[in-house]
Amino acid sequence: MTDTAIALTGPDHRAAFRPSTFGDVLRSEWTKLRSVRSTFWALTVTVVLGVALGAVVSAVTAHGYAKFSVSGKLSWDPTGVSLVGVYVAQLAIAVLGVLAISSEYSSGMISTSLIAVPKRGRVLAAKSLVFAVVTFVLGEVISFTAFFVGQALISGHAPHAALGDPGVARAVVGAGLYLTALAVLSVAAGTLLRHPAAAIAAMVGVLFVLPAISQALPDSWRNPVNEFWPTQAGGQITSVYHSAHTLQPWPGFGVMCLFVAIVYAIAWTLLDRRDA
Amino acid sequence: MIEARNLVKRYGSTVAVNDLSFSIRPGMVTGFLGPNGAGKTTTMRMILGLDAPTQGSVTVDGRSYRDLPAPMREVGALLDAKALHGGRRARDHLLCLAQSNGIPRSRVDEVLRIVGLEGVARRRTKGFSLGMGQRLGIASALLGDPAVLIFDEPVNGLDPDGIHWVRTLMRELAAEGRIVLVSSHLMSEMAVTADHLLVIGKGRLIADTSVDEFVRSSSQQSVHVRSPQAAELAARCREAGATVRAGTDPDVIEITGMDSAEVGRLAAAHGIVLFELIPVRASLEEAFMELTRDSVEYQAAGGTR
Repeated sequence: MTDTAIALTGPDHRAAFRPSTFGDVLRSEWTKLRSVRSTFWALTVTVVLGVALGAVVSAVTAHGYAKFSVSGKLSWDPTGVSLVGVYVAQLAIAVLGVLAISSEYSSGMISTSLIAVPKRGRVLAAKSLVFAVVTFVLGEVISFTAFFVGQALISGHAPHAALGDPGVARAVVGAGLYLTALAVLSVAAGTLLRHPAAAIAAMVGVLFVLPAISQALPDSWRNPVNEFWPTQAGGQITSVYHSAHTLQPWPGFGVMCLFVAIVYAIAWTLLDRRDA
Repeated sequence: MIEARNLVKRYGSTVAVNDLSFSIRPGMVTGFLGPNGAGKTTTMRMILGLDAPTQGSVTVDGRSYRDLPAPMREVGALLDAKALHGGRRARDHLLCLAQSNGIPRSRVDEVLRIVGLEGVARRRTKGFSLGMGQRLGIASALLGDPAVLIFDEPVNGLDPDGIHWVRTLMRELAAEGRIVLVSSHLMSEMAVTADHLLVIGKGRLIADTSVDEFVRSSSQQSVHVRSPQAAELAARCREAGATVRAGTDPDVIEITGMDSAEVGRLAAAHGIVLFELIPVRASLEEAFMELTRDSVEYQAAGGTR
């Protein structure tokens, strides 16, 4: 820490003066995401748990298949069983997505970020795009790995699925899409609520608490929740077997995307209008 | 040029900034001075587009901050040294900021060198002292080599060596023809760093003046005298129209309204013996407190200032 002679105008970087672009902000957000150690560990744990849980559940239920009732055998969905790890992965993605922006609010980094990029919509767009792409890639890695591991464990004990079977490829790819939509929703929720704890609680409420409560309610309440609650509707894309009172896979996913778009639009507007 | 026109910021019923108008010119260090809670940070946040003014406007080179095409190339700012993610390495923190404005990677190492943090570039900022945080904040402000620099209390937490370094840096930046706006609640700090002063209290502009002018106009001169005939001298001075204050020592009086030469001549004319005759200049700190006395947000109960 010595008294320095200040060479402020260094090697001609002013010559490169040009307007900041969305690509610049994307690069910046990618650096932010990868330069924090917790991101790497959280994502690794997500992948491992997502695959491992699918494997365990596949092996256990396939061994019990012989003792299933007729209706149980009729609704047997080997694809859905092998993808069950997605339900663990979604919690990790939701937490990471919320933290991607709310940790900036809790540390104060958000003011530094918005001074660097005062066009705030760009920050939100770049952040969610980077996180969505990372989630999509990891989501597909999880779902394809879990599918193949799961089917290998199921085969010989119960009917298993192949990618070429009707609806199977859609469900496997769909699991990654479901996580991606959830990633965007989490970033939006973090932007909207700003406090990490509040935003994580909201996401847990949306993902787990409300659907769980609805199961204890009479059919007249439960059925619409199963059908139209955004994450329930969106989850249809990950299963091949279609149960009663649920939407078809793509319309269901459409409902989820519409919900994500609405929350995102509110988050965008508030980010732009509120004092940072 | 930074130009504020009738800037007002209200939070509910609290008025943080009240009808502030000023313009800040390049080539000098402008000190933004006021007691805690006077509205300095709020004003800076409005300049930087973080908070929206309730009324009025503020522009940088004629444009509002949010409309700048490459903000970091035009304005560099340090608001809060702790406003960063502690889990990120110092270099990555600067890199993500540089990338957002298309500033080349090489510049990151350059600013780390300028602020003397190259040795800890790969350390996570969680373990940084406040002083190191300030240096990192200054580094981020310098990234785009901007023509406008805004620093909120930059010497907070720095050791004497660091304080000297920041002062020198501010002066050099200004000498290069940049706009340098530095806030502080310490008059003594501004006296050695700034050329021009914007003094605010309770959100209002109290003074917009050069430091020299500020000192001349607001520092009261008085004359300290020790004499065995103090009581007689006091009477003569009062006759001459000056104000005299007696201290606890019966031989010592403080005279205002006459300079030391006049007091000396008066004493000689009446054959009064003087042991001490000292012109006393009120410190800048006193002048500042005098000026902002009515506008201090939080006063000690029962205190006179």
